[in-house]
Amino acid sequence: MDLRFSKEDEAFRLEVRTFINENLPADIRERSRLGYAFRKEDTVAWQRILNKQGWAAYSWPVEYGGPGWTPTQRMIFQEEIMMGNAPEVLGFNITMIGPVLMHFATQEQKDYFLPRARNLDDWWCQGFSEPGAGSDLASLKTAAVRDGDDYVVNGQKIWTSTAHNADWCFVLVRTNPEARKRQEGISFLLVDMKTPGITVRPIISIDGSHHLNEVFFDDVRVPVENLVHQENKGWDVAKFLLGNERTGIARLGKSKERVNASIEMAHKVNANGRPLIDDAVFRQRVAQLQVDMKALEITQYRVVSAYDKAGGGRPDPLSSVLKVKGTELLQATTELAVDVAGPMATPIWARELAALNEPDDLLEASSASVGSYLFLRAASIYGGTNEIQKNILTKAVLGL
Amino acid sequence: MDFEPSDDQRLLIESVSRMLADNYSFAQRKTYIAAPEGWSTAIWSQFAELGLLGLPFPEQYGGYGGGAQEVMLVMQAFGRVLVVEPYFPTVILGGTAIMAAGTDAQKQAILPAIAEGSLKLAFAHGERQARYDLTDVVTTAKKDGDGWILDGSKTVVAHGDSADTLIVSARTSGDRYDHDGITLFLVDAKTQGVARRGYVTRDESRAADISLSNARATAVLGTVGQGLSIIEKIVQAGIAATAAETVGAMEAMNEMTLEYSKTRVQFGNPIGTYQVVQHRLSDMFMTQEQGRSMAMLATMSLENPDPAARAHDMAMAKVGVGQAGRYVSQSAVQMHGGIGMTEEYAVGHYFRRCMVIERLFGDPAYYLQRLADEVA
Repeated sequence: MDLRFSKEDEAFRLEVRTFINENLPADIRERSRLGYAFRKEDTVAWQRILNKQGWAAYSWPVEYGGPGWTPTQRMIFQEEIMMGNAPEVLGFNITMIGPVLMHFATQEQKDYFLPRARNLDDWWCQGFSEPGAGSDLASLKTAAVRDGDDYVVNGQKIWTSTAHNADWCFVLVRTNPEARKRQEGISFLLVDMKTPGITVRPIISIDGSHHLNEVFFDDVRVPVENLVHQENKGWDVAKFLLGNERTGIARLGKSKERVNASIEMAHKVNANGRPLIDDAVFRQRVAQLQVDMKALEITQYRVVSAYDKAGGGRPDPLSSVLKVKGTELLQATTELAVDVAGPMATPIWARELAALNEPDDLLEASSASVGSYLFLRAASIYGGTNEIQKNILTKAVLGL
Repeated sequence: MDFEPSDDQRLLIESVSRMLADNYSFAQRKTYIAAPEGWSTAIWSQFAELGLLGLPFPEQYGGYGGGAQEVMLVMQAFGRVLVVEPYFPTVILGGTAIMAAGTDAQKQAILPAIAEGSLKLAFAHGERQARYDLTDVVTTAKKDGDGWILDGSKTVVAHGDSADTLIVSARTSGDRYDHDGITLFLVDAKTQGVARRGYVTRDESRAADISLSNARATAVLGTVGQGLSIIEKIVQAGIAATAAETVGAMEAMNEMTLEYSKTRVQFGNPIGTYQVVQHRLSDMFMTQEQGRSMAMLATMSLENPDPAARAHDMAMAKVGVGQAGRYVSQSAVQMHGGIGMTEEYAVGHYFRRCMVIERLFGDPAYYLQRLADEVA
């Protein structure tokens, strides 16, 4: 047992931090610091900067253009990105479709898609959930019927994050409705979002942002060469994708950043005639969150170091703990920021307010923090709801 | 980072676990508690034979040269079966005090005797009025010729009734709450002026209230007036050890509860088939793992040379492990239903041990307040 970071890991952290400080465009950093979500152009610009450095595909092996980092280094990288107010690399590209292609795809598919995913030449989205298939994903109905060299796809996906930004979508479709088990009739297709018959409709979420979409497929022709793995073996691909490297899902760096931002703001707002930072209840609440974040940080180290030791391989069942506890903390820390904002959480910092007022950082940050609070109610829903995670734990760890 | 035990550590866990499996069933433990001492002298001898009593001591003092990690693993194993022998006050608290502050002669005289099982220590620091404040010491020590005379009283001294030598804190200068002026003394438990009233505690362990009137100390431990930093070291070693013990207790409770959920049938099915029970069990498991992480933090922090950082991490661990132990033990009783309420069933005994540990050297509320003071 060695319960400390190695000197090499500490040096690596410093290298990453320095790179972010020197290369992250100032306007992107500032928007994030104020609590805004990143825009498409922020994510694209930053990922290309990282790609020049060889870091965009941070979890990929060297042979596919990744840096070949250890799981511990990956974790440090992600944490520094989030704490440094930089956009995270696009997960759909790097931690989802990338590893799937490396593991299942043909050489042609790899050669074409992987470099483009790395440089964000293609923005990927995920077509999994359907109106009738949420936590019970295997009940999906979107159908693909073979017709010559194409599949013809009909159906609907929902909650498709950033589909309106996307160039490509990886889609789970039903290719055999007669299969003995529902899971055995599903295939995994790569779909060009420009294909005729695809309609993307925005879903505005409770934070007022456009992140989610409905995607309709109406006689969409997808070339057979865009099938990944074998027909009717798509569930294996989906399971691989969902189980692959879940250590980032805790997004602990984001929670830490939100607590730091709340502390900073608590110096500037008053409560009972004193700065809020002096309030005993507030301080205890922060202290409790710091304790909970510390516990999760070490649990994350444990999971990551187990990956390191095993040289990858099967995901640790503890990664469900990371998902549940990490998203609980994301929600609790964004909730803290909103409570610090107090009455300033009420206005929506919209263009008309900006036009009327002098620039007001405090009001803007307060208002923006509400956005992440509202949006991150989704954290315990996406990626397998926290209730589903507990079902997984019950089976995988407790054996019930 | 590497969280896997080494081969040597694995051997240690195996031999301790095997010994406890053979000798420390819940039924056997009952007979130990019923002994006049409230624990088993035979088990104590076995601990000595296995090398556990000298585990963290340097080899030159009859020890095995183990470190904080080895102690963590052993305490975890002890937590799984609720060991009641005076290991914690003698080896962890007493041993830490002697290693941290003893002269070479004191180490030679005391550590090998502990390791062979012939000497037991107790840490007589807490006073009735002090609650969790380590500086609230009003017991006094006055110089008398070459020696020191102690007056005052100490409360809830773990295994203070069976200890041979007491490590007593007393004021040699300054006022209540002053950081300077506290001194540690070695006091022969049988010396004139020491009166001990032993009693059983909620966790079926033993403790004593000790009054000192005109009691002569055997020796000073450390530097006169500079006892507080040693006391903090002792307390931190105690926090790390009992954090590990809590992890062992949580493991045992979770295993018991899981087993119960497979066998207890209601509405025609084992209760473990119901999702509401499954989710509580997975919450208990997650809490155990978060608590384990915090116990590891306490263990790693013992070696941190920065005292402020060490105190901060210890406070974090105390909050995290205390809250985890409370949640798991309350849930374990709840999931067992009526049987969990009974004295004859083990789970309630784990509950009470966690409760006692939670308030040893300060409870989560106390440490949360200290962490809150640091928020800036």
